[in-house]
Amino acid sequence: MSPNSEQNSAVKRKARYLPSLFLGLAAILLVVSIFLPYWQITLFAPQYPGGLKAEAYVNRLEGDIEEIDRLNHYIGMHPLEHAARFERSMSIIAIATFALLVLAAIFVHNKWAALLALPAVLLPATFLLDLYLWLRNFGLNLDPSAPLSSSIEPFIPAVLGRSKIAQFGTLATLQSGAYLALAAALLTLMGLFFHRRAYKD
Amino acid sequence: MKVVRSIILGLASILLLSTGLAQAQILTDEAAAVASERGLSESDILAALKTYMPSGELDDYVMFSSGGQSGQVLVIGLPSMRLLKVIGVFSPESWQGWGYGTDAQEILASGSDNGVELTWGDTHHPALSETAGDYDGQYLFINDKANARVGVIDLRDFETKQIVKNPVANNDHGGAYVTPDTEWVIEGAQYSVPTSGTYASIDEYNEEYQGMVTFWKFNREQGRIDYDASFAMELPPYWQDIADAGKLVSDGWVFLNSINSERYTGGFEEGKSPFEVGASQNEFDYLHIINLDKASELVAAGRAETVNGFKVLPLETSAAEGVLFFAPEPKSPHGVDVTPDGKFIVVAGKLSPTVTAYSFQKIQDAIAKGTSEQDPYGIPILAFEDVVEAQVEIGLGPLHTQFDNQGYGYTSLFLESAVARWSLDGSSGEEPWTVVTKTPVNYNVGHITAAEGDTVSPDGNYLVSLNKWSVDRFVNVGPLLPQDLQLLDISKSGEQMQVLYDMPMGLAEPHYAQIIKADKLNPWQVYPETGWNPTTQAVDPIAAMPGEERIERDGDTVHIWMTAVRSRFNPERIEVKKGDRVVWHVTNIERAVDNVHGLALPDYNINLSLEPGEAQTFEFIADKEGVFTYYCSEFCSALHLEMAGYLMVSP
Repeated sequence: MSPNSEQNSAVKRKARYLPSLFLGLAAILLVVSIFLPYWQITLFAPQYPGGLKAEAYVNRLEGDIEEIDRLNHYIGMHPLEHAARFERSMSIIAIATFALLVLAAIFVHNKWAALLALPAVLLPATFLLDLYLWLRNFGLNLDPSAPLSSSIEPFIPAVLGRSKIAQFGTLATLQSGAYLALAAALLTLMGLFFHRRAYKD
Repeated sequence: MKVVRSIILGLASILLLSTGLAQAQILTDEAAAVASERGLSESDILAALKTYMPSGELDDYVMFSSGGQSGQVLVIGLPSMRLLKVIGVFSPESWQGWGYGTDAQEILASGSDNGVELTWGDTHHPALSETAGDYDGQYLFINDKANARVGVIDLRDFETKQIVKNPVANNDHGGAYVTPDTEWVIEGAQYSVPTSGTYASIDEYNEEYQGMVTFWKFNREQGRIDYDASFAMELPPYWQDIADAGKLVSDGWVFLNSINSERYTGGFEEGKSPFEVGASQNEFDYLHIINLDKASELVAAGRAETVNGFKVLPLETSAAEGVLFFAPEPKSPHGVDVTPDGKFIVVAGKLSPTVTAYSFQKIQDAIAKGTSEQDPYGIPILAFEDVVEAQVEIGLGPLHTQFDNQGYGYTSLFLESAVARWSLDGSSGEEPWTVVTKTPVNYNVGHITAAEGDTVSPDGNYLVSLNKWSVDRFVNVGPLLPQDLQLLDISKSGEQMQVLYDMPMGLAEPHYAQIIKADKLNPWQVYPETGWNPTTQAVDPIAAMPGEERIERDGDTVHIWMTAVRSRFNPERIEVKKGDRVVWHVTNIERAVDNVHGLALPDYNINLSLEPGEAQTFEFIADKEGVFTYYCSEFCSALHLEMAGYLMVSP
C-alpha cells in the first residue's frame, strides 16, 4: 500500500460519516413528519371571517371538516372523510417503513442502497399526486341530485395556491410535515451521493 | 452627490406633505359641507366622533338595562348605544323561544302558584354579580317589582336560568342588589301587606301589615339562588324603597330607604288625602341600617320563624339583637347608594332638594354610643346630626346617585331634568360636598348609570341618563313615546359633561341599568358540546344525537329524537295518533357560530330557538287531528324554506 492510497482510505473513512449522517437525519425527519400536517386548504367567504380550514395529516384530517362537509353537501360533494381512506390507513406504517429502508441503506454499501432509499425520495411527489387525484375525484364527481348542483360546474380545486369555488376563495399551502418530507428527500439524495462516493471502489 | 440626494429628499418630502395636506383638505371640505348642510355644531361633530362605531368595531362597554314592563333585560353596547340583545326573563319572548315549549316555560311560570298564570313582569334593577365588590361578568340578577320575583341570568349564554318568587312579599322595589361577593341578593318589598298572604283589615295596618326585606342566598357554583338557605327580615310597614349593600369598610351591612313612615293607608275615595299627600307629611323617613352578617347568624342559630314555608326573622328579634337601626332621612327619599370606598351612604332626597351623605363610621359610633329614641316597633333611631357627614344642596327631585374614578358623585334630578356632578369628600380636588356642574337631559331623568359606577372601582368615561320622557327628541310615533337613553361623556373633570347620543327605547321603560367593561364578559359563541342542555349547562343524557335519530312508541307516548342541521330536520315525517303524548327531543348539531335553527310547530304554539349544540325537550298531547307542518323559524341557509316536516295526527 502506498502512502497515497493510505491517505485516500482515510479520506474515505472520514467521508463515510456523511452518508450515515444524511440518511439518518432523513429517516428522523420522515418519522417526525408523521405527526405534522402536510397540507392545508383554507376557504374564505364573507360570513366566515376567520376562514374555514382543512388540515391534512398523513393519516387524518383536522380543522373545520364538519362545517366544510355541511357546506359541501349543498353541491353534492362527498364527505371529506371518504377521501384517501386506504392511503391514510397505510400511511404511518408506510412512512415508518420508508424511514427504516433509508436507515438500512446506510449499511448496504452498493448501488442497491439507492433502491432502498427510493420510496423516501418519491414520497413528497407521491403525496401531491395522490392529493391532486383525490381533489379531482371529489370536484368532478358531484352528486347531480344535490340542491345546488345546477348552479355549480364540476371543478378541481388548486392543489397549491389560490382558486375560487362559488362564493369561496381557496388557498392551499404545504405545511410543516410536507416540508420535512421534502427535506428528507433532499437529504436522502445527498446521502446517496456521499454514500456512492464513500463506497465506490 | 450628497447635495443631489438632499435635494431629492427635500422635494420628496414637500410632495408628500402637500399631498397629505391636500388629502386632509379634501376630507375637511366634504365633512364641513355635510356639517354645514345638517347644521351640526363643533360639539355635535365631536359627539359623533366619540360614538360612531365603524362596521366590525366592537363596543368598549356593555350595559344591562332593565326592560321595565316588558319583563326583560336589554343589552346595549356603549358608546355606540346599539341594542345588542333582549333577554327574556319574566315574559314570553318568541325569538328566543322563551316560554314557547321547553324548560324555559317552567322557569317562566315560577311564581304562578296562586292560580294566576303570570306572563309579565316589571323589571327594575339589574345587578351584575360581583367579586370583592367589582363586577365579575358571570351572572345578572333582575327583580320583578310587580310580583316580587328575582330572575337569575347566566352570562355564559345570556339566558335566564331561574326565577324565584318571594313567598312573603307581594311586590318589591329594593332589589336586585348584591353583596360584594354575591353571597346574597337583596330584595326589599315595597308596599306593605300582611306577609302571610292572608286578609287583614286596613284598620289594623300598624299591627297586621309588615314591611320586608329578603336576602336570597346565591350558590355561585350551581348558578342558582338557594331557596332554603335564604331568609327574610320583617320590617315595620314603612313602604321600603331602594336598597344597597355596603362595601369594603361597610361590607356586611345593608341600607334600605323608606317612604311611608307615616304609615298612611290612603282612602282618597272617602275624602281622605291620597297616598301622595298622606305619605309625604313627615319631614323625615327612616334609612334602614341592617347588620346582615348578624341577621344571618341569628337565622343560622334558629331564631327565624317560618312564614309560608320561608324563614323570616321577626322584627322583635332584630330590635332586641341590634340587627336593625334607623337614621332619619329627608323626606320620602329615593335612591341610597354606597360610595366606592364604602365610607358614605348617599341618600337622594326626592322631595328634599338634597343628597345626604351618612358616614358609616359615624353610624358605628352612634350605634356603640346607644340611643334612647325608638320607633313604635322598638327600633333604635340614631340622631341625624350624629350620623350625617354632609348634605349637598343639589337641586330639585334628586333620585339616584352614581360614582366615577375622579372623586365625583352624579345624581339625577328628576324635576330639573338634569344630571348633577358633585364632589365627594375631596378626592376630586374640588371643594368637598359641592355641586360642580349640571348637564340638562331630555327629560325627567329617573335612574342614571355610570360605567361600573356602583362598584369599588368605577371607570368614569360614560354615564347613561335613563329619561322617562322624550317629548320632542324623536319623530312622532304616536302618543306612547319612546324613552330616551342619553349617553353622557364624563371623562373630563370640572364643568365639561357633554350629552353624546340619544338612544330611543321603543319597547319598554327601563329603570336602572349597569354598565360593565366588555372584556369582563366571556360568553360562549356556541354551546361547548353537541347535545347541551342550557338549563343544566351540561350535556343532556336524553338529548337527540346525530346518527341516533328515531321515533319510538311506548304505549300512548311517542318519543321523537330529532336533529336539526342545514337544511333539514331528521326525521321529516312524524305520524302519531290523536290523543298520543308526544315527547320531542331536538338537538341543533351545528358547530358554526351563528348557525341557529328554530323549530316552530305553530298549531301547538311551540317555537324553539336552537343555538349551535343546544338540545331541548318539549311535550304535548296531540289532541288536534290533522296534518301540521313544522319548520325552521330562524333563517339558517339558502335552503331554509326546505327545512320543514310534517306532523300527521291520525284519528
